[in-house]
Amino acid sequence: MSETAFYTKDLSVFYGEKQAIKKISMDFAAREVIALIGPSGCGKSTFLRSLNRMNDLIAGVRIEGEIWIGGRNINHPGTDVVRLRQNIGMVWQRANPFHKSIYENIVFGPRYHGIRDKRKLDEIVERCLRKTALWDEVKDRLNGSALALSGGQQQRLCIARSLAVQPSILLMDEPASALDPVSTAKIEELIAELKKEYCIVIVTHNMYQAARVSDRTGFFLMGDLVEYDNTQKIFTNPSNRSTDDYISGRFG
Amino acid sequence: MKAKTADRIAIAVIVAIACLIMAVLAALLGYLLFRGVSHISLHFLTSEPETIKTGGGIGPPLFNSIFLLVLTMIITVPLGLGAGIYMSEYARANRVTDFIRLVIEVLSSFPSIVVGLFGLLVFVQFFHLKYSLISGALALTVFNLPLMVRITEQAIRGVPREQKEAGLALGLSHWKTIRSVMLPMGFPNIMTGTILAAGRVFGEAAALLFTAGMSSPRLNFSDWNPTHLSSPLNPFRPAETLAVHIWKINSEGLAPDAPEIAAGASAVLIIIVLLFNFGARWLGRAIYRKFTATK
Ligand SMILES: Nc1ncnc2c1ncn2[C@@H]1O[C@H](COP(=O)(O)OP(=O)(O)OP(=O)(O)O)[C@@H](O)[C@H]1O
Ligand SMILES: [Mg+2]
Repeated sequence: MSETAFYTKDLSVFYGEKQAIKKISMDFAAREVIALIGPSGCGKSTFLRSLNRMNDLIAGVRIEGEIWIGGRNINHPGTDVVRLRQNIGMVWQRANPFHKSIYENIVFGPRYHGIRDKRKLDEIVERCLRKTALWDEVKDRLNGSALALSGGQQQRLCIARSLAVQPSILLMDEPASALDPVSTAKIEELIAELKKEYCIVIVTHNMYQAARVSDRTGFFLMGDLVEYDNTQKIFTNPSNRSTDDYISGRFG
Repeated sequence: MKAKTADRIAIAVIVAIACLIMAVLAALLGYLLFRGVSHISLHFLTSEPETIKTGGGIGPPLFNSIFLLVLTMIITVPLGLGAGIYMSEYARANRVTDFIRLVIEVLSSFPSIVVGLFGLLVFVQFFHLKYSLISGALALTVFNLPLMVRITEQAIRGVPREQKEAGLALGLSHWKTIRSVMLPMGFPNIMTGTILAAGRVFGEAAALLFTAGMSSPRLNFSDWNPTHLSSPLNPFRPAETLAVHIWKINSEGLAPDAPEIAAGASAVLIIIVLLFNFGARWLGRAIYRKFTATK
């Protein structure tokens, strides 16, 4: 594997008294796709959302342990979360474009971070839309509403939007679970393409998807990271019994 | 089969109630407009009221109402927006905020005459603002602010969580996310709510009797210097609004045509409030469309 992009150490998250994830230690390499799988409620989203401190928004949440990115533990009260989040893109299960035009959706982030030059912004829009294979489909209606796009297009627009602020890590929480097979295939192609530049952590309920797109897979069960290994190994020869049960569909 | 019948009956009852309400409303509006509209003319809208002669108009009260509304909104809107945003986004859920919320609830259900008496004690007497537009505007703020806070708070809370998170995930500050993502999305609701609140202010009389006063000085509509006593723009002069004027001529009007004047003034009041309502909806939607680039 190439150099480590970031890692967690003994990361625990509590909702009130309830511990949702238990002392998770995981490392993620640059230019790698990591799939997180596991039955519903096992803590995948919780884990993913702590990586960019999005769980801070939830009242009564407590986070323990360390998250090391670029030589710094970001799970620290003094961390500049706003800066941090710029480095970590996020994609949700339901596409959530801003209620603005396609163009505005993409330039929104970069403009806030100081890019005002119209030519530069135009460039960013084209680059991000090309990367997400959306350019040819929308180049004639950049000023049209993002909400007029199909679900799959909206999801790719959301990915394009997150790329526009030049993150190095992308977090995706079931990005294709609300999409039809064709759009899903497009998202998977996209992930394979984006892998050349980004570290991508993806939560999925689709075993085939995990097997297709990821290099390594982590299996979560009731807040524990049961097994974390090369995807191929996990799907052909898991060392843990419950992993085997889960991927062969015997429970969950 | 049974569920279906019950369903039909329920729908029939609801439709019947809705129709009844509509009918009452239409009848009320129709009656007031029918009695009043024929009396409305440019002369009626612009001339001075008369105390004992016929032919009085409603020019100054109408102007006072509009000016008072503007003054009130200038005070209410920024405060209400700020407090609403604070309550929905920054305030922690604890006893203090629960208490504030309770106070807001209570305040917004206060009878307006009580607010008027409060205004008399506090603004008119204690702060020596006398019977004046500013006293009136402050009293109206007391009973409009809670509404405004609630409107804003609900509009902001109504924004889907993913929208807020999308903003934050791009590395936007909390405040920027509120301003550029959440406020625009809540805007139509805030706009509609604000204008409905404005309509309430426009029709208010009881809270103004002891604050803005029941008479106006003779106004000189060519003097727009707000520091002159006879200037219409002076916020420290007493002012009788349209609603108060209607109340006054109805209860103690001496002019022979007082009933007609009251009817005409009521029609004007209703037409303006209706305009507010429809204008609110239309404007809210138009601005939302502009913000969101939807056709
Ligand atoms: N905001 C919250 N407040 C309290 N408990 C929560 C909250 N969010 C999640 N939980 C709990 O934490 C546990 C893990 O939830 P999480 O959403 O991380 O699961 P998940 O693996 O993503 O599930 P799914 O596959 O259904 O998305 C669950 O038991 C859930 O009930
Ligand atoms: Mg989840």
